[in-house]
This record gives sequence, C-alpha cells and structure tokens, in this order.
Amino acid sequence: MADTTIGAGIDSRSSFARIDVSSRKLWERVFIVCGIISTSVGLITLAALIIDLAVAGFPRLSWDFFFNFPSRRAAQAGILSAWVGSLLVILVTASIGVPLGVGAGLYLEEYAPRNWITNIIEINISNLAGVPSIVYGLLALGLFVYGFGTGRSIFTAGLTLALLILPIIVVATREAVRAVPAALREAAYGIGCTKWQVTRDHVLPAAIPGVLTGVIIGISRALGETAPLITIGALTFIAFLPSSPITSEFPFISFQWLFDGFTVLPIQAFNWVSRPGSDFHANAAAAGIVLLLLTLGLNAIAIYTRYRLRKKLQW
Amino acid sequence: MREKLIETALFFCAASSVFVTLGIVGVLVVESFGFFLQVPFLAFITGTVWTPLFDNPQYGILPLLTGTLTSTLVGLCVAAPIGLTTAIYLSEFASTRTREIIKPILELLSGVPTVVFGFFALLFVTPLLQKTILPDLPGFNILSAGIVIGIMIIPYVASLSEDALRAVPNGLRDGSLAMGATRLETALRVILPAAISGVAAAFVLGISRAVGETMVVAIAAGTQPNLTFDPMQPAATITAYIVQVALGDLPHGSIAYQTIFAAGLTLLVITLVFNIFAFWLRAKFREEY
Repeated sequence: MADTTIGAGIDSRSSFARIDVSSRKLWERVFIVCGIISTSVGLITLAALIIDLAVAGFPRLSWDFFFNFPSRRAAQAGILSAWVGSLLVILVTASIGVPLGVGAGLYLEEYAPRNWITNIIEINISNLAGVPSIVYGLLALGLFVYGFGTGRSIFTAGLTLALLILPIIVVATREAVRAVPAALREAAYGIGCTKWQVTRDHVLPAAIPGVLTGVIIGISRALGETAPLITIGALTFIAFLPSSPITSEFPFISFQWLFDGFTVLPIQAFNWVSRPGSDFHANAAAAGIVLLLLTLGLNAIAIYTRYRLRKKLQW
Repeated sequence: MREKLIETALFFCAASSVFVTLGIVGVLVVESFGFFLQVPFLAFITGTVWTPLFDNPQYGILPLLTGTLTSTLVGLCVAAPIGLTTAIYLSEFASTRTREIIKPILELLSGVPTVVFGFFALLFVTPLLQKTILPDLPGFNILSAGIVIGIMIIPYVASLSEDALRAVPNGLRDGSLAMGATRLETALRVILPAAISGVAAAFVLGISRAVGETMVVAIAAGTQPNLTFDPMQPAATITAYIVQVALGDLPHGSIAYQTIFAAGLTLLVITLVFNIFAFWLRAKFREEY
C-alpha cells in the first residue's frame, strides 16, 4: 500500500526492504526446522537406546533369566538376587525417605516460623539436590559402614538412597501443600480443629496426588542409582538370597535380611557390561531392559498423575 | 502437648537434611585430613601423575581433573546448543499442544538410569563413531561418554532455560513484534538477552550435573588416569576413579582408602562452586522485573 501512495523514488528502496523481509522470514523458517531437529534429538536418542537394548537383550529375556542366580557362564546367569535386592533396598528407602521427606515438607510449609533456622534448612535442601550421588556413597561408606557399623548391608543401601531422594520428596511435598487453598485450612480451623488435625486430615489428603508424584519420581531415581551403592561395597556376585523375613519360630518375623549382603539390578548390569565378551553384554542389555521398563514405567505414572492433577486442579 | 510433640517431630524431619550435609562435609573433611597429613596439598593439586595404587604412589589430581573437565566440556558442546534451541523453540514457537507432548518425553529421558546410558555410550555410540567418522577411536574414550552426558543433561538445560525465557513479560515480546521484528529476531535479540542470567544458570547447573556424573564415564571412558584434553583418548574422571577403587577391597584407614575421600571432596567443592554461581545468577535474574 505504501508503494502506491508514495512516490516512485522510494519504490526501489521498499522492494529492497521486501527482499529483506523475505530473507528474514526465511531465517525464521530455518530456525523452526533447527528447533524441531534439536527437540527430536532427545526423542531419537530415547528410541535408539530402547531399540539397541531390545535387539541386544531381548533374546536373553526368559523365565530362567528372572529366576537364576548370576553365573560364570553367561547363558545360565540370571537376575534373581539382583531384583530381590532391588526390591528390598527400595522397601527400606521408601519406609525411611517418604515419612522423613513428607514430614520435612509439611514442617517447612505449615509450621516453620520465618527465621534463620528455616532459611538454613531451605538453602541446605536446595544445595543437597545438587550434590553428586557418588558423594552420598562416600558419606555412607565413611559414616554408616565404618562409623555406625551397619556394614555393607541392605539397610545401609536403603538409608543412603533415602537421603539421596530426600530433596526430591521435600520439594514435591512443599509444592503440593502450597497449592492447597487457604480456605480449606480456615474452614477446618473454624470448626475447632487443632493444627495437626488440619494438616493431617485436610491439607495432606488434598496434597496427596502431588506428594505421590514426587515419591514415585524419587523411588524411580533410587531404583536406577548405581554409583553410591558401588561405593558402599554392594557385591557384584551374589548367588544367594537375603534371609527370609518370615520364620517358622516365634515371633515369625525376622529383620535379619536388613543386614545381609546384597546386589541390585543396576550393579548387576554394570558388572556384566564391564566384562569383555558379547555374551555378558547381552545379559547386561537384558537387565537394562528390565531396569528401563521399571524406571520409565514409574516416571510415566508420575507424569500422568501430574497431568491429571493439573487438569483437575480447579479450587 | 501432643501438638507440640508432633511439631518437634516434624522439625526434626526437616532438620535431618542439615545433619546429612554436616555428615557429608564431616566425613569428607576428616578422611581427607588424614590424607593431607601424608600428601602435601600443593603436590595434590599440581601433581601430574595419579598412581595411588602402584608401588611408588603419586598423588597428583590433575589427570583426573582434565578427564572430568574434558568430558564435561564435550557434554556442554552437545547440551548447550541443542538445549537452548529446544528451549527457544518450545517457549517462542511451539504450540501449547506440542509443548504438552514434548516436555513429558524430555522428562522421561531424564528418568533413564545412568548405567543404561553407560551401556549405550560404550556399545552403541562408540561403535557408531568408529564405523562412520572416527575409525581410529579407541574402545574407551571421553568423546562418546561426553556426548551421552550431553544428551543426558539436555532435558535439564532445556527445561530450566525455557522457564527463564517464559518468565520474560509479554510486554517485551509484543513491543518487539509491533516494531516489525520477526518472531526469531524477537526471541534472539529481545527475549534471550532479557532472560540471559536464567539461561546461564541453567547451563551452570547442567555443568554441575555433568561434573558429578559417574556411571557413564566409569563404563565408557575407561579407568586410566590420563593428563590430556584430547576427547579421542581414554581417561579417568574423579568419579570414575572413586568407582574403580570402591570396586576393589581396600583396607579401612589406608592411604589408598583415603584418596577417594580427597577426590570426593574435590568433586564436592567443584559442584558447590557451580551451584552457588547458578544461585547467584538466578537471584540477579529475579531482580530485573
């Protein structure tokens, strides 16, 4: 439109500007292509990783693989002691980490006074989230294994991983609790509830989906964690199971398994991958598939829970 | 009474995190102290040979540091451009629907166990590089470990950068578009500079992650300390050294046992510096609007 109203002298310049605009538009399109490509790098890697593992490990996945102990012969080796170990360690981790993390989150959101102690705790938790996991392993080696004498046991491993996932659970709990509207608390106070009754019966139930998301992500993180458990000396070759939690004598329940030696899935996989020879690498891939299915499954559940939560959240 | 008891119990839950920090610092400092009684600090940080398990042990941390730095640098070369492009694309160009689909997938990527990434680096990335562009690449090398670490921290860098970009007020965006800038020009010349400290903080946190990454380098980069910045060679990082020693059975209290705590302390100090730097960058970034 400018061309027709203004004289011919400017015409050449505005056509120059038009070329300029189209080249600028071109750059934009080039960038969008770059954006799509780089966004799909993650996607492609995930796909390549899953396909690579499946091709290498799928033939090894059989009933025997799940119910055999590790062996010197690759074809007979299985992950029985590894998955039992993982299960027990996660049990200990959850029973220590969840109450501790949720408790800390509730305290910081509902109870904590605004003072320097609270500030220190908050800064400290965000710092802990940045500590490399292997450093937690050194803590466990120096303090638990040799300091407290808990040994290279399932209990030590569970405790270490509980501390490792503490920041994740605390942050998730705080976010979930913060999203609970004040009206809910005030209504409960209004009918005479004490602070703990408000927190336990109204705030916490309302925050449960958010807390659960954090717990699931934390557990999945603990399940895949290798380095801190290597440091405390999880054995890589274990051809026995921890002692049974149920005994034939009174009191029928034994906690001896807490202090037994153990191995876990990621360590078993690490052990197999660091051996030369493609036979053991196939075992590592098969163990990797099991591990990947577990952790990705848990993560998918957590992401879905959060997605549902976000849609439902209309206070 | 009951109320008070519960409040105290919850306070101790929160305070336990402080005890964890004290425990970490305490253990590392005490064990490293024993180490530094026998090895001069100067020899530790300037020595170029790291052979604590040999007959004639030498304790120079530099080879482990170069290994750590090289793998981190390679990781950053992968994660920085890809992460930033992804962040700009998701925040400024992609539709809400696309973003809703892509972000959970990126989150899934960060849920993959590191030992699986290690397997992928050793048995997929390295052979791929050997077959295509680098036929002379050794089986253990920093390059593929670094590339995989880079891919690992993409979700991290991308999502934190995207948060920073999206926090830029829409007024700036609209103003720039109204002046006739294209969306790309707006993103690169207005939004990115406005969000630069948040984006920088995302990078720094990514670096801190890469420095502390253990299993990928322990599996794919080898365990031989090597004073080099050449990513085409095998080299041990600080974390890989700790894993290697922990796999053996060292007597408690020996100097070789103490080396892993000295190495761990070095690692903690490096990541702490990066984390504080990122914290500072972010605090600065919050002040702007």
